Amino acid sequence: MPSAAPASSPTADFGPALLEAVGIHTFYGASHILHGVDFRIGPGETVGLMGRNGMGKSTLIRSMLGIVPVREGRILAGGQDLTGRPSYQIVRTGIAYVPEGRGIFGNLSVRENLVMSARPAPNGSTDWTLDRVLATFPRLAERLGQAGDQLSGGEQQMLAIGRALMTNPLLLVLDEATEGLAPLIRKEIWRIVRLVRDTGIATLIVDKNVAAVSAITDRNVILVKGTVVFEGASAELDAQPDLKHRYLGV
Amino acid sequence: MSFDVFADPAIFLVQLLNATQQGLLLFLIASGLTLIFGIMGIINLAHGSFYMVGAYAAYAVAEATGSFWLALPIGVAAGIALGYVLERLLFRFFYERDHLYQVLLTFGLILIFEEVRGMMFGEDTHRALTPEALDFSIPLLGVQSYPAYRLAISVICLLVALGLYLLISRTRLGMMIRAGAYNREMVQALGINITFVYAAVFGLGTGLAALAGLLEAPVASVEPGISGRYLIISFVVVVIGGIGSVKGAFYGALLIGFVDTFAKVIVPEAAGMSVYLLMAAVLLWRPTGLFGRPA
Ligand SMILES: Nc1ncnc2c1ncn2[C@@H]1O[C@H](COP(=O)(O)OP(=O)(O)OP(=O)(O)O)[C@@H](O)[C@H]1O
Ligand SMILES: [Mg+2]
Repeated sequence: MPSAAPASSPTADFGPALLEAVGIHTFYGASHILHGVDFRIGPGETVGLMGRNGMGKSTLIRSMLGIVPVREGRILAGGQDLTGRPSYQIVRTGIAYVPEGRGIFGNLSVRENLVMSARPAPNGSTDWTLDRVLATFPRLAERLGQAGDQLSGGEQQMLAIGRALMTNPLLLVLDEATEGLAPLIRKEIWRIVRLVRDTGIATLIVDKNVAAVSAITDRNVILVKGTVVFEGASAELDAQPDLKHRYLGV
Repeated sequence: MSFDVFADPAIFLVQLLNATQQGLLLFLIASGLTLIFGIMGIINLAHGSFYMVGAYAAYAVAEATGSFWLALPIGVAAGIALGYVLERLLFRFFYERDHLYQVLLTFGLILIFEEVRGMMFGEDTHRALTPEALDFSIPLLGVQSYPAYRLAISVICLLVALGLYLLISRTRLGMMIRAGAYNREMVQALGINITFVYAAVFGLGTGLAALAGLLEAPVASVEPGISGRYLIISFVVVVIGGIGSVKGAFYGALLIGFVDTFAKVIVPEAAGMSVYLLMAAVLLWRPTGLFGRPA
């Protein structure tokens, strides 16, 4: 596993993909949301997934994780074709998901939220233990016995990330991890995302703050109405303000 | 109306023990029902059929082997296995369906269970042997005495309730069960095979109902139609306790055991209504039941 994300170009060879979508089409009922999307993320890579509201970022993530079915195309994870498989099989290849809205179990304690789904990495390593997660998120350590729905938004977000790390992932998927949080908490979340990235865990980041995302990603993908319209290194994106303006409204 | 029951402490104590035993047995049935309803969202009208399976298992095994204690594990295993298999074969296809489909499916199952029971055991009324070691009475305050086996029922039920409490509050399976009731998609997205959890919950619930049938078989008749004996009342317990809450089922079942038992001796004319009045009162006070999560 690479020790840190290299500041490299998108053409760098990251090895076989941890998670990959090949030409996927996803529908919600009759509405066609994803129109033949290709996406891949390899070991140790940090990728930003961008796009305005409703462009299909969350849908792409949920399709790749097997939470919503794809009608066409393939999903590969951990080197296997897992198209159509239930999400638990896909994530067991080493993927941890921090969903939009955090998905905390409000009726479980903080401790239970962390340990319920804990597991070793696919290769058996257990780098992330309860102690390490609590050392990373000291605020959670103070609230171990509290119910999940009694935490503040920022604490819930930390819990969602801590819970994800407890599965010892190779890939961490963060969908809007700073949404609705106070500036100081956002900074804290970004600090932790960097810290996680620096341990060599690949990260897929969706966030409204384009500058903050491109500051830590190797590569970025922009979705417009369920189609990939740009894919390139962060420097490449930063060099094209018109692109950002057109597709992201910044 | 007659309050004589309070005049004689011995009679009062007997009623108290009866109420406890009835409430605890009801808990065994309702706890499974509330789990199945609260977690998978399945309305299982056939839940009482598993009570029947337990009762007939107690009768048949005890008859064949002479040992009631042998019937217990066999009957419970049958209840668990049957629930597990039906979950895999049938119920899992009905999670996302409207409740009407579930009602039709499980009503159909009741009829099938009854038919099979008729083919295997006929229409006679039976009773399982009381386990020999417990076939005596314990003297209570003066002239009253109380059958030891009935006390044993309460003790066993309490132990099961304790075990269930520990399972749900302390184990990872328990966490998955509770988390699944809250957000099943997220449980799955964290790498947990929720279908396994569901099948386990189903088997657990039906095993508990079978256990209730087994335990009661020596003190209540084993006869056609007993699958309906506790069905309605256990739904009342689920509603009173709060859907999905095992703790709620425990207090709800005891409450009903007490109200029903004492209503029968105090106001026999209106006893049939008492538990429904209780339910209405609880729902007026707390619309989601005693321990139900506010919607
Ligand atoms: N469960 C659903 N049923 C029907 N349509 C949906 C559903 N979820 C999302 N959509 C629609 O699909 C489209 C893509 O939504 P998606 O949530 O993937 O976008 P997004 O890029 O993540 O947006 P946001 O930035 O708001 O999170 C939107 O038009 C949305 O309204
Ligand atoms: Mg989204």
